[in-house]
Amino acid sequence: MSLINKAETDLANARLDRKGLMTRVSEMTLLWKVMSLVIFASAWEIAGRSGFNFSFPAFTETVAAFFEMVVDGSMGSAYLKTMEALVVGLIISLVVGISSGVAMGLRRDVEWITLPVFIVMQAAPMAALIPLVTFVYGIGLTSKVIAVVMLAMPVIAINSYKAVRNVSPSMVSMCHSFMGSRRQQIIQIILPASSSMMFAGLRLGIAEGFSGAVLAELLITPTGIGDLITYHRSVANFAHMYATIASIVIFAIVTVGSLQWVENILFRPETRSS
Amino acid sequence: MTTATVTKYEGNLDAIQPKNPIIEVDGISKIYNGDVHALDNIKLNFETGHLTSLLGPSGCGKTTLLKIIAGLLKPTAGEIRVKGKAVSGPGRERAFVFQDFALMPWASVIDNVAFGLKMHGMNKAERNEKARHYINEVGLTGFEDKYPHELSGGMRQRVGLGRALAVDADVLLMDEPFSAVDEQTRRKFQEDLIRLREIEKKTFIFVTHSIEEAVYVSDRIIMLSPRPGRISQIIDPDIPKDVSPDDLRRNEAYLNTVEEIWHVIKKYVE
Repeated sequence: MSLINKAETDLANARLDRKGLMTRVSEMTLLWKVMSLVIFASAWEIAGRSGFNFSFPAFTETVAAFFEMVVDGSMGSAYLKTMEALVVGLIISLVVGISSGVAMGLRRDVEWITLPVFIVMQAAPMAALIPLVTFVYGIGLTSKVIAVVMLAMPVIAINSYKAVRNVSPSMVSMCHSFMGSRRQQIIQIILPASSSMMFAGLRLGIAEGFSGAVLAELLITPTGIGDLITYHRSVANFAHMYATIASIVIFAIVTVGSLQWVENILFRPETRSS
Repeated sequence: MTTATVTKYEGNLDAIQPKNPIIEVDGISKIYNGDVHALDNIKLNFETGHLTSLLGPSGCGKTTLLKIIAGLLKPTAGEIRVKGKAVSGPGRERAFVFQDFALMPWASVIDNVAFGLKMHGMNKAERNEKARHYINEVGLTGFEDKYPHELSGGMRQRVGLGRALAVDADVLLMDEPFSAVDEQTRRKFQEDLIRLREIEKKTFIFVTHSIEEAVYVSDRIIMLSPRPGRISQIIDPDIPKDVSPDDLRRNEAYLNTVEEIWHVIKKYVE
């Protein structure tokens, strides 16, 4: 038809150059992250040594306690216990949450029946329901898994539902206009178009799952990380208690952070909308 | 200078229906939500190989009519026939160009252009070869592996156009294809469209709200009036082929036609 005019080409090239700037920004952020960690650790150390509270250990004591627990194996076995409930709960949440979310997005009748359940689950204060779960399922693994599912599943399901609903109708019409069947519309357009938002919901769900697992161990079953925290508190091993709390917080941050990183690689922000 | 002639038809429109129609719109009505009459008993035929514009003020149902012809919307009453056969959904003989481009942001230019062929079940090697041909035809050679976000608005619509051309449909249905691109690109596009029509020998049905655009590119303009959408006038702007695009924009008959159409439309724009 015609040659592209030079301005259009230049504009397109200029858009490609933007990545360089983004890399520089992300490197700068890393430096700030390290800096803020150093400042945080120093402040902790000073506060701990000042002795303002007998139960507040210094940073170095806490780190020492952490390695002590790693060496004696109590940390490892606690994580194994907590992970068991977390992983089982998350697998259930992912499978049921994503499939029901997608089904709600695609079908009005499913939405009508299922969405209120998830909205109630998301709005209800889950800690208040935990005694009820204990009452029905006892203090075993089942209760812990249910606690994880109750916190993780609603956010995964509702995000998947919204992601499907947000797909541009004209893109779906486009597929239809080229004679794409309903199945092709779902597989070729709706699922890829909603995957980035679904993945974001998955990340939030996993973060919630951590809360669920630890909450269950503190309130229902004294096992795993929750037990380690409760035990060291009861025997006044405050450095160990802090080390356990800090380790699960950092573990959750690293897990959710790496999911964010994976998300950015899989779904580069600029490719999410045209 | 050759002057353009204009023929206007009002009242009994049956007399000027095309002799060799590719698409027949027979008594199409569309009612939204039970009480919004978007279209009321539209009877209209589209001549094979012509470029026909649907022009009218906003709310006159021109996009609704185009989507019904495309099979993307179901009419409340009436029938669409393509090459004499009644149709109830999209078909291979029709391809749609979307106002908002409707490109897949996660797919490269070549995958976007080849998408229609993929839906038709063509294998990858074959459809990529075909897609490359049409990428070249719409002037995007060298951009095959770029993503939509790396292209300007005008280039994105070229991808949309390439995708519609690639499936080799007889009829191209274009829904305000140039409304989301800037004025300079728009003019270039209009000139390209006229040239493309001569090369591809396809039938174009073109929805626009721009009077100048309609007069410039069309063999025939169907003017619709709003609430409910009805045909108010049919205009054949007989623009001489040997006038250059720049001269045409100063051509008296062209300017008069634009002016006349504006007077018709003006009464609905309040």
